[in-house]
Parts: sequence; C-alpha cells; structure tokens
Amino acid sequence: MYPFTYHRPDSVSAAAKLAGDAEAKVMAGGMTLLPTMKQRLASPGAIVDLNGVSGLSGVTVAGGKVTIGAMTRHADVHTSAELRKAIPALADLAGWIGDPMVRHRGTIGGSVANNDPAADYPAACMALGATIVTDRREIAAEDFFTGLFDTALEQGELITKIVFPVPQKAAYQKFRNPASRYAIVGVFVAQTSAGVRVAVTGAGESGVFRVKSFEDALSKDFSAKAIEAIKLPTDGLNSDIHADAVYRAHLINVMARRAVDAAK
Amino acid sequence: MSGTGIGARVQRKEDFRFLTGKGNYTDDVNRYGQTHAAFLRSPHAHAEILSIDAAAALAMPGVVAIFTGDDLAADKIGGLICGWMIHSKDGEPMKAGAHPALAQGKVRYVGDHVAVVIAETLSQARDALEKILVDYKVLPATVATSDALKPGAPVVHDVAPDNAVYRWALGNEAETEAAFAKAAHVTRMDIVNNRLIPNPMEPRAAVGDYDSGNDAFTLYTTSQNPHVARLVLSAFIGIAPEHKLRVIAPDVGGGFGSKIFIYAEETVCVWAAKKVGRPVKWTSDRTEAFLADAHGRDHVTHAELALDAAGKILGLRVHTTANLGAYLSTFSSSVPTYLYAPLLSGQYDIPAIYCEVDGVYTNTAPVDAYRGAGRPEATFVIERIVEVAARELGKDPAAFRRQNFVTSFPHQTPVIMCYDAGDYGAALDKALSMADYAGIGARKAESARKGMLRGIGLSAYIEACGIAPSAAVGSLGAGVGLWESAEVRVNPIGTVEILTGSHSHGQGHETTFAQLVSERLGISIDNVSIVHGDTDKVQMGMGTYGSRSGAVGMSAIVKALDKIEAKAKKVAGFVLEASADDIDFKDGKFTVRGTDKEIDFASVALQAYIAHKFNGQELEPGLKESAFWDPTNFTFPAGVHICEVEIDPATGVTRIERWTAVDDFGNVINPMIVEGQVHGGIAQGVGQALLEGAVYDATGQLVTASYMDYAMPRAGDLPSYQIGMTQTVCPSNPLGIKGCGEAGAIAAPPAVINAITDALGHEDIAMPATPLAVWRAIQKHQPRAAAE
Repeated sequence: MYPFTYHRPDSVSAAAKLAGDAEAKVMAGGMTLLPTMKQRLASPGAIVDLNGVSGLSGVTVAGGKVTIGAMTRHADVHTSAELRKAIPALADLAGWIGDPMVRHRGTIGGSVANNDPAADYPAACMALGATIVTDRREIAAEDFFTGLFDTALEQGELITKIVFPVPQKAAYQKFRNPASRYAIVGVFVAQTSAGVRVAVTGAGESGVFRVKSFEDALSKDFSAKAIEAIKLPTDGLNSDIHADAVYRAHLINVMARRAVDAAK
Repeated sequence: MSGTGIGARVQRKEDFRFLTGKGNYTDDVNRYGQTHAAFLRSPHAHAEILSIDAAAALAMPGVVAIFTGDDLAADKIGGLICGWMIHSKDGEPMKAGAHPALAQGKVRYVGDHVAVVIAETLSQARDALEKILVDYKVLPATVATSDALKPGAPVVHDVAPDNAVYRWALGNEAETEAAFAKAAHVTRMDIVNNRLIPNPMEPRAAVGDYDSGNDAFTLYTTSQNPHVARLVLSAFIGIAPEHKLRVIAPDVGGGFGSKIFIYAEETVCVWAAKKVGRPVKWTSDRTEAFLADAHGRDHVTHAELALDAAGKILGLRVHTTANLGAYLSTFSSSVPTYLYAPLLSGQYDIPAIYCEVDGVYTNTAPVDAYRGAGRPEATFVIERIVEVAARELGKDPAAFRRQNFVTSFPHQTPVIMCYDAGDYGAALDKALSMADYAGIGARKAESARKGMLRGIGLSAYIEACGIAPSAAVGSLGAGVGLWESAEVRVNPIGTVEILTGSHSHGQGHETTFAQLVSERLGISIDNVSIVHGDTDKVQMGMGTYGSRSGAVGMSAIVKALDKIEAKAKKVAGFVLEASADDIDFKDGKFTVRGTDKEIDFASVALQAYIAHKFNGQELEPGLKESAFWDPTNFTFPAGVHICEVEIDPATGVTRIERWTAVDDFGNVINPMIVEGQVHGGIAQGVGQALLEGAVYDATGQLVTASYMDYAMPRAGDLPSYQIGMTQTVCPSNPLGIKGCGEAGAIAAPPAVINAITDALGHEDIAMPATPLAVWRAIQKHQPRAAAE
C-alpha cells in the first residue's frame, strides 16, 4: 500500500467537499478499494471514509417503495424483514454477495458506485427501475450505469440512498464463477406495473445490460417457455477461462428461465 | 488398549494451540534488529537480463542493501540442486540446468528471482523494488507441455538443446510388445493430468539470522524437512558447514509437498543475514506463492491396454511427457519417474508393462512433488483406462476390476514394486455395498426424470508410501537415504520427550506419536511431548512427505522404545533384586514373573537417574535411547473409492451426490486423524478433478495467479463422505502401518472423472471438469438424456 491522506468526515456535505479533490477516493465498505490498494494497483492520494457519516444506513418500506441507505451493509439488506416481505429477490441477492466478512463490511452504495461488471446490485437496480439518489440529484438506474466501472457520478458526488419500486414479482438467479464466486451470469427478472424488465450482470463487456427480447416475450407471457427458444447474440459478451461468450449467452437464457420460475 | 493408546480417537493435543491463535509460525518469529526482504521477480517468461540498475532503489528511504545474482556468485554461493539423478534410456545423466537463487544473465519463468531488496520495513523494501531498472531482452518462450519437444521450440537451458531433461523408461519393452501382438482388444487413450498449485494455508516464509560471535547461522523456515534443508544449504549451496547452521521449522501450516524443497528465497535470507549483519525476514504473499511455489502434476500421456478375449489384461504401454518447469526443483526428477511408473500396475495382475517418460523444461514455474507425487498421475492413468476398457468390452467396471485384481501376496509387478499384503476384493465388496452400487440404475432413472444426468465412478487405487529401503532408492538415483530417526528421553519423574526426525505440518504427530508412547509405556499422553523441527535439538532426520511419518517415523520411535524397555527392565531388575530376564512390563508396571513384586514406570525412571541401586560398571545411569529405522520395503495402502455425481445438462454443473471411501491403511493409531486425512485428501482430489488448474497463456503469463481465477475446493463443493476401512497388516514395519496422508488425493480424481463420463456417455472430458468443460462436452457429443 502506498501512503495516502485519511479523512473521516461526519457529514455528507463535508465528505462531498473532500471527495471533490481529483486525487481522493471515497471509501464505503472498502471491500474492493482496500484489496486493490494493498496490491498496489490503486494509489489514491486521499481516502474519504464514509463510515463516520451518520444517517446513511437502513432499509425502509413505504408507499410502494423500498429505500436503502447507501451505507447499508449487504448483511443488513439480506436480513431485513421488511425487505423480505416487499422484494424478497433483493434480500436474496444480498445474501449471495461475497462471503460473510464481505457482507458485513460491504455496502450497497459502494457496490453500485463501483459498478463492477460482475457485481450483483446493478442487475437489481436496472431490473427494478431503481432511482439512485445522490447528495445533489436523483438518477434513474438506466442513466446511472454508463460502462465498465463507470457511472454517471461526478467527482465528489455521493450516493445517499437507493429507491426501489416494489414489483409484482421478481427473482435473481446467479451462476457463480467457480473460483471467485462473482457472477459469471446473474439475471434479475422483475414483473412490474410498467412491464417485465430483465437485467444481466457478469456477462457484458460493458457491465450490466437489459435483454429487450426477453422483456417483450415475458411481458406477453410471464413463463419460462416464452423465452426458451430465444437465442441471444454473443456480441458484447465476455470470454475468459471460466466461460466463453457462447456459454454465457446460453447461461443468460437458462438463468432467466430459472428466475421466471422462481419469481415471487 | 488404554484410553489414549493405539486405536483411540484421541482429540488432537496441538489443536488448542492452533485454534486459540497460540501457534508459533515462521512469520511469528521476530528477531532483534530484523530487516525485511522483498524479491524482484521476472515479469517475463523468458528473457536475457542486459543490465540491472539499482542506484535509484538504493537511495530510497530505509534501504539496507540490494543484491543480485552477481553478489551470490561473488560469495561462491552455489545454485539450488535437484537431489535425484535420473538416467535416460541411453544411459545419459539428466540435463540439469544451473539454478541460481538469484538470476544470472537470464530469467526463465514469470516469478523467477532477479534481485532482493533488504530494507528496514517491508513497505520500504517494496517501494525500492519498484525503482530497480532492469533491461530485459525478451525471448520467445516454451510454455505448453506438449510443445516443449517440438523442433524449433525455444530452448530453456543450453544444456538441454531439445528441452528434454531426460528420456527415461521402465519395464520390459519386448514383453509388452509381445502382449499387444496377441491382444484380442486394445484400449487406447490420451490423458492430461492437469497442473496444480499447492496453496497451503500458510505461505512460505523465512527468517535468516547470523551470530557473528560464533560465526553461526540460524534459519527459521516453513520446511517439511529441516535437516534436509540444512544438508542442502550446507553441503551444496555452501552457506555454512552443518554445525554452524541451525534450521528451525516451527509450526508449519500445511505443505502438501511444496515445503519439502529448498527454494531461492530461504537461501537468500540466510545468506544475506551475514551480508547485512542483521536478521532478514521474508514472508511470501499469495501472489508470490502462486508464481513461485513448486507446482504439481502436469503430464501429457498416451496409454494403451492390451486385453485377451476374456477381458484379462495382458499388457500396458504408457508414454508420458512430464513438465518439470524452468528449473529442476529439489526432488522433481523422481516424481514422474520412480514415483510414477512403478505404480502403473495398480491393483491389477498385469504381466507386461512398459513406460517411457520424457521430462521436459518449459518457461513455467518448477514442478515437483504435490500430495501423492507421481502416484495420483499413475492412478489416474490406470483407473481411467481400466474403466474405459470395461466399457468398451461391455463389462461391469467393478466386475472387470475384480477379474484382474492381484489376489496373492507377495506379488511382484513388472515395474519394481513387490506388493506385500492386501485384499483388494474385500475393499471392493465393502465399497460397492456401502455405495449401494446395485441401486444406481434406479437413481439414474430418478435423475433422468428430473432432466439430470447421473453417473457412478470407481477408483481402485494403490499407492506406495514410506519410500525405502535407503539402499534401494539409492540404486534408483536418490541422493539421500530414506530412513527415519527417533530419540526417546525419559525424564527422572517419568515424563517422556520424543525427538523425531519427522515433521508435523498438520498431520497431528503430537497426538499420534504420544498415543504410541502411552500405549507402550502405560503413561498418560499428557506426560509425553513431541519435539521436532529444530536441527539443534533433534538428531539428523529425513522429514515428512510421502505418507511416511507413521510407517517410518513411528517405527523409529518403536525401535527406541524397545531399547528403553530393555534398559528399564535392567533397572527394575536391580531395584526388585531379580534378573532382567525375569521382568515383565505391562500397563506401565514392571513385575517379577511368579512373584507379587512390582514397580511402576515412573519409579524406574527415577531409579535410572539416581542410580543408587546399581553401579556404573553394571549399568549406565539414565534412560535415553535413540534409533534409526530403515524399512525393508515400501508400504502399499490401497482401497476403493466410489463417486456418484449428478450433472445439470443445462449449465454443466456437476454435483457430487455420494462419496464412498474404503481404505486399507493397515493398523491405525488414531482413526479420527486418519479419517481427517482421508477427508482432506479427497477434497484435494476433487479439487483437481472439478476445479483446479494452473493456466499459463501463450506468452507464459500465469492467468490463474490468484483466487479470483484459481478455484480451490470449498466445503459446499463436497458431499458428506461415507468412510469405511478394511485391514491387512503391513509386514514391513513393527506397527503394521501403511500410511494414509495421500490416499484421498490419489484415489479421487479418476473416481470423479469415471462418474462424469458414465453420466455423459462418452470419455471426452479433461480435468478440471468445470461447468464450462462439462457443458461443452455435452454440446459436442449430444447427451443421452434431453437437455433442458
């Protein structure tokens, strides 16, 4: 690890000010940032630690919406009783992230801001039509995830909470990398008042994406059979030693069908 | 049997220390004035070093010294050695390329050692590392095993212009040709044994210390065999003569073979301690472990099995190319030769066997012994080819194996080994019954109903443990003897210290060895301590690998205990005023035959030391004996493992539904510890079969250099095992022990792959059978059952 300046602000405004420095990196759970720094792959000049900022954690359900504070740990999302009633698929998803240590440190805001192409939460945000709320604006998930490890966040802009409309039914199915346990393919299917949305993580070269052909078919007939015959193109899908693009395209279909079957 | 004697399920004495964080590992050792070493490693698989400019690095804060290969050469520090000479078929000795601890002129794999920075702190050492400027001329690399011998392949060492370390053979070629000439059926297979990276939980580490007052060195290190490390560092590398070099291997957190070897980093740390006049510490990080710990396996094999019309095996012909990496590691040459081909007869009566092995250099990490070392590779060949032969002949694989089993002992195979004892049919019967082999048809139908593919696979393995006798291994090229030593020190109040040349790095010796003493001397295991891993305390010993600590290490303790008992009887005779010949010793008490006179062990110990009841002309005071044990043969653990899998054809995911292991380890000291060894061994074997595989890209970069890409088995990948045992006593050691440390890792891979190929209905799958590989195999061959 290289030397850096450490800040632990106690308010969102103070944090945002410190994070405005182009040399600074914001740390929520630190579950990606710290290992990267330890391996000397990242060398931020300053760390802005959000763990001293109060009021950014917790899950609330009201008015057909679930609001999750940016600093809510995966373990708390996973075990939230209100969330399990409202969007069980999202509670399940949080329980699939990393290992117990990661789930007790890592946060939803950190994961969404990092936009790792194999992270789980981006699929949920896209499929559920979430709104990412920052210290200065509200951003639709659709506009938020802009590419590999890239988001619409500006330098110094901080996610404060994420708002998920409660769907009629939803499910997340994750096919895990045998080594890292990240998603090789993760498919989040949600049946909402605005139609069916299907979002895929782990597979795309540019991160999370929606599958229009599945959404159209499922909007007409919400059954696994409705998408069984739809072959996805392999363009834009990742290939690595664990899964090539052909296998990933196939798995997206399999995982989507399983998600449809499991949706509740 | 006492409550803590032989055969008792005693909880491990060492676990309190380990589970409460009170272990003392090498990285826990901190010496006054200690500095920290960081190694500059080659980013290229193959390159000439044109220049190294360390000036800017030397000027960095906290830097104490920077050394390169030139500094080692100037001090006449020798290169790392390979201690087993293999001769090619034509009589030529193997081509051992020089292996300097820090590169001299050339680097040969990614991770090869270029320079060392020694600094006040580890961070400072790492900072300075980044400032060393090395001008490389990158050369084309030989990477894949099957490419090494191709004409025009880049040459790794000039001494081996065709990259062949040796072209070795074992067996009778003419007799084998004759067997194939009369065969009614020949089964032919190409088999790859995937390359593995050991990954013990504790990475390697070293602390070198130099005492200028006594001109003496101490090396604390993660070693499975500290005496052998001292011997090599002294006699070959030239650090210091043995009496001026102490090697201490304290608690060691797993080795699996990878800590047998004498590596560059440990060598440099102990040498540099004198150069800088301060202790030098290095602890490998996980990336370094992936890059530079000796890897395992990596064979490419073609095998052929000749059968008569009735299905009797007539002959086996094998050609293997074994990747030895960029340099010959300490015992690497022996692994694909004498630890491999002699096991190719398996549990079968095969009249003729001929095996050729080409050992090759590549621009990859050195390859050496890894749990099983040669025997998993042999077992995979024989257990895959008998399975395939049975299927080709339309025979039940279990019945086909039984038809060809060795049934009388001793049995001399055509490839060196003489099996001394076993009952292979008994293990097969028990395993088939425990696994409900007869019911597999119904279970397959049930899986098919769910759209799943179910398969069952057998592995009737044999291994050879306790490599010995020394004279025999010497005749095969070993540079050392493979005996073991023990010293038994009885203290005046009757407690006992066992000094053993074996080394525990997870095996539980502190418990099992104490159980032996408890059984023999009738004392509590709490009154026994096991001392190991320190060359200043323990007499010369050979260390722990090849499942040898029970069969060889404990046998040495038995010999020393025999001497203790004999001497104690003499002492008791003086105390009880009887002839030593009339003294019986049982349950911790010495009695005079035919009388009620008795004395307990602790009282005899005290009498031995106070020496009031005898004089020095009659008997020496004290009660301490030592012994060296050299066995008369290898031991031959064997058994049958049965794996049952269910495959999801939609994803290619294989789930192990059942695992049955029936092993014959001879006599067992602690069944709980033995079962633990079986569990761990199966986990590693399943890892090889389903998950693990070192992948280098075409330029020689290690793609699987972290847990992000190298898949280790997790608890969820494994079923609950059904474990059973059969028992034939080993005749070649006094305890009748055969050894159990490697059995699971040897047995498991073919059981898994036989099960998967049974489920798939074809043989076209390589290890690791990842979901991607299985799914592709299904797509390629059209599954028997309909996919989702």
